[in-house]
Amino acid sequence: MDIWMALIQMLNGIQYGLLLFLVASGLTLIFGIMGIINLAHGAFYMLGAYLAWWLAGITGSLGAAVLLSLPLAAGIGYAIEVLLVRALYKRDHLDQVLLTYGLILIFNEAQRVFWGNDVHGVAAPAMLDWSIKLTDTLSYPVYRLALSGVCGVLAVAMYLVISKTRFGMWVRAGASNRDMVAALGIDVKLLFGLVFAVGAALAGLAGAISTPISSVAPGMGDNVLILCFVVVVIGGVGSVKGAFLGAMLIGLADTFGKVFVPDFASFTVYGVMAAVLLWKPKGLFS
Amino acid sequence: MISTSVPKRLAILLLAVLTVLALFPVWGKLVFAAKFAFLMQKLTGIMILAILAMSLDLLVGMAGLVSFGHAAFFGLGGYMLAMLSPQYEAANLWLVLPAAVATSALAATVVGFLSIRSSGIYFIMVTLAFGQMGFYFFNDSKAAGGSDGAYVHVKPAVEAFGVTLLDLDQKLTFFYVALGAMVAVYAFLKVLLASPFGRVVSAIGVNENRVQGLGFNPRAYKLAAFVIAGGVAGLAGFLAASQYGFVNPAMLGWHQSGHVLVMVILGGMGTLFGPVLGAFILELAHFAFESMTDHWLLPMGALIIAIVLLLPKGVAGLLLQWGKDKEDAT
Repeated sequence: MDIWMALIQMLNGIQYGLLLFLVASGLTLIFGIMGIINLAHGAFYMLGAYLAWWLAGITGSLGAAVLLSLPLAAGIGYAIEVLLVRALYKRDHLDQVLLTYGLILIFNEAQRVFWGNDVHGVAAPAMLDWSIKLTDTLSYPVYRLALSGVCGVLAVAMYLVISKTRFGMWVRAGASNRDMVAALGIDVKLLFGLVFAVGAALAGLAGAISTPISSVAPGMGDNVLILCFVVVVIGGVGSVKGAFLGAMLIGLADTFGKVFVPDFASFTVYGVMAAVLLWKPKGLFS
Repeated sequence: MISTSVPKRLAILLLAVLTVLALFPVWGKLVFAAKFAFLMQKLTGIMILAILAMSLDLLVGMAGLVSFGHAAFFGLGGYMLAMLSPQYEAANLWLVLPAAVATSALAATVVGFLSIRSSGIYFIMVTLAFGQMGFYFFNDSKAAGGSDGAYVHVKPAVEAFGVTLLDLDQKLTFFYVALGAMVAVYAFLKVLLASPFGRVVSAIGVNENRVQGLGFNPRAYKLAAFVIAGGVAGLAGFLAASQYGFVNPAMLGWHQSGHVLVMVILGGMGTLFGPVLGAFILELAHFAFESMTDHWLLPMGALIIAIVLLLPKGVAGLLLQWGKDKEDAT
């Protein structure tokens, strides 16, 4: 593998990792703060992708579609928290697993009812639809760089919100001691609803902006969900920093696994996870 | 989480349901003339899944170990049959069945040894990781057909002196083999749980620290439970592969693991009969919804959500309450 090929794979791995981070950060916060194992989180990724494809078809612009899909995903997430998840906070984790499993079935089927079984693709916006020439034969698509840029900016923004604002303070406090936060008079119901909605919006955004580089297909949320659980557990449940590191590790492991051991590419991700957990049974940051 | 004894009224009800099920080959032919053969196959498949669900209940409901990779042992049992079967003749049941169960138990020993170091959601994820490794092992390697799966061309049989005593190719025979296996596994787990070993395993599910304080080594007990559950899952996988004559990597995947976990929680974990009911409810609801609408997942999801919201301890919790009420009343 020459240096340019390595660079391309490195960029792909980082871009994939950043995308995973957008989904996984919501998942880890929802578990850390609300104690909910949300299997339906991948469904928001799928929802975002389908909304982006559908709205891009209507409005003719992927940018507009992504912006429109954000409040929709957040609203649906908030509604689900209020209507269903809220009833289960005091119950066993496994009841939440079962409830959100039921939600996956409904989301997947609703997608088929509304949008059918076909696999769709979305073109990148014309402005970003070109490639940077690296050598005579190799080039790198600008859209992927823009995607990494957007995810990177969001990751920094998330860091700033969580470490510098009052809302972020609640979130941090909630992740370390839920009961204490409630006892201090913070509106926990609102906090939980907001975290769930923001998590849904981030997952939806990840799905929406990934449409030009991967196809929009039924069941696309399931694979992302499992990978994000892997990311969350590697990083340590509830840790956004851990989720970032875990996402990078998995993004790179997956990308380079496909290059070096194509026959066992999917193996590498789980191998990395098993290795991390055997070394640190509670993840990297816990 | 504690294994409760089944109230008398409930035990009678369950036995009655079992009897009705056992007589299905008699009355089913009259009631569902056209669909009879299909329903026989369906019920046989459900009983096999019920065995798998009971084995998972030993981990989830008793020992408090929520495994999200249990299907790996199920699939492994099935693959052992596919790989050990001679191509043109029936495999000897007495050789391949123990081989399948032993292989699954052996795999469970390795996976269990590594994963019981963690607990809670980490245990869920580590078992998921190992389950997916098993899935990709059979999916990506060329050893057993890769993602296309593999066929068992001739079903295993028991022969003595040239006479076939038990031929799993017979639908009716297989129905009763599955029923017998389901009842036997229930009895085996019931006896196991009543034994001193079983008491310790159940106690770990309630309070692991206290068990340790009493001088037991929880890890050894958890590992033993994991191995037993893996072996029973291998038995179920073996039966499933013999029934359909086909194995594919999806048998090991997380969808299958999640599906069985849903059966256990929905039916009522820690009760053994609950997961059996869960298997029947989930599969029969699937069948009923599917015959009504193409979009059967919508009512299926709604049913699951309704049961979680309305029945905190699963279907078995409701039945146990009913059984106790009757006992109190009399």
